Amino acid sequence: MYIKRYVLTFPPDKVDEPLTYNLIKDYNMEVNILKADINAGKEGKLLLEFRTGKDEMERGLKYLKDKGIGVAPVSKQISLQLEDCIHCGACTAVCFTDALTMKKPSWELDFKPEKCIVCGLCLKACPLNLFKIEFY
Amino acid sequence: MGIKKTYEEINEKIKKGKAVVLTAEEVTKLAREKSPAEIARSVDVITTATFGPMCSSGIFINFGNPDPPVRMEKILLNQVPAHAGIAAVDAYLGATAESVTDIKYGGAHVIEALIKGEKVELQARGKGTDCYPGKEDIRQIDKDSVNEIFMFNPRNAYQNYSVAVNCSDSVKYTYMGVLLPGLGNAMYSTSGELSPLLNDPDLRIIGIGTRIFLCGAQGYVSWNGTQFNPEVKKNQYGIPINNAATIAVIGDLKKMSSEYIKAAYFEKYGVSLFVGIGIPIPVLDEEIAAGVSIGNRQIETTIFDYGSSGKPQLGITNYEELQSGYIRVNGKKIKTAPLSSIKKARKIAHVLKGRILNREFLISKPVQQLKD
Repeated sequence: MYIKRYVLTFPPDKVDEPLTYNLIKDYNMEVNILKADINAGKEGKLLLEFRTGKDEMERGLKYLKDKGIGVAPVSKQISLQLEDCIHCGACTAVCFTDALTMKKPSWELDFKPEKCIVCGLCLKACPLNLFKIEFY
Repeated sequence: MGIKKTYEEINEKIKKGKAVVLTAEEVTKLAREKSPAEIARSVDVITTATFGPMCSSGIFINFGNPDPPVRMEKILLNQVPAHAGIAAVDAYLGATAESVTDIKYGGAHVIEALIKGEKVELQARGKGTDCYPGKEDIRQIDKDSVNEIFMFNPRNAYQNYSVAVNCSDSVKYTYMGVLLPGLGNAMYSTSGELSPLLNDPDLRIIGIGTRIFLCGAQGYVSWNGTQFNPEVKKNQYGIPINNAATIAVIGDLKKMSSEYIKAAYFEKYGVSLFVGIGIPIPVLDEEIAAGVSIGNRQIETTIFDYGSSGKPQLGITNYEELQSGYIRVNGKKIKTAPLSSIKKARKIAHVLKGRILNREFLISKPVQQLKD
């Protein structure tokens, strides 16, 4: 079983095609949608996690590329400048994988990078601008 | 006849190192076992605190006259406009003022830099007059190079505050943080049972002239804050269940510490300032003891939909629920998150307690009640 994350970029004319449905039906992929930004008439972006066998993964990705979809592997992570954190908790409001939680009873911010799906919402939620996306 | 203590008696105990001082959290725990009468007998002072974003904050500065003198009519500090309409070299810099070149940098950042002791660029211009012939003054200033520099915040330390949610179908970027659509989350502020004005629900203690901890320095309550509203409905424990009283505060910036202040930028809202405030509450009698004994479960507040015009009210919750991580709104379980730092508020309450125990901080009787 292969597990990989990709950002798919859809040109405006492909936004309405049921690509995810085809990936599931024809390529036996388990698809987890981590983030979606689809707007009719505009370019759309999807952050997906695929789970499937090696051959099906390759065939599925080829199918997407042949359709004119941008396929970029995700290789980024969120970093936090914890030494400047005031532990207000504002970032925990937007973190739904519980990578960011408040420790009890100390009320200190607890960041677990292994739970992070790099959705990037914490970058906008932190009033001190302490989160960054790192590419590697 | 219940116990009665005076400010003078408590200050005598502080001076002799005999005062019993607890934080507001410590007294709430103690109140599970002891009655208000027992607390009034055994405890002298409670320390309360908050560390949250308080947009209505700022500083007065007198820069001192340059040579030749300039009647400063337009002022920028690190490219952030300050209000110059007071005399020749006086100015007021508001925390939420935005830089003319970068909307994510503002008055709050300049204030934090000055407290840290950093240099800030002053650019001042005037038209030139007979007594102020200079037309421009550009120089580096810091807190030691100016004559006076003091913080004056027109509205701080709200006695309770709304819970913000968003029922609309789009993300709302607000001063209460990022509110996700479809009741995606709930944001709350105030430090609950630690919060200063919630420990003095009837405003008997906190009044004009009350000495406070303001960003590490000794400051004072100078007036009721703007939008002061003592008419808010109270619950069965005497706690106003929505935004109620506020205080205007003043203190010497030169004595402040950057540990208790932090500039902030809220996405698509603008710049704000986290302010650290601590206020001692002398336990003069049973009624005061009952007020400081109130805990998070008894402190209720109102939930509002920040996603709809007019911010319709959606219900009531309490700080115990809010701090548990989830509340229910319209039958839906919603994740909650704080906006003010309980960790920092606790630190301030403990530092203030230490200063009182070390006889460095005396309590003061208000010159006038805020309600008057």
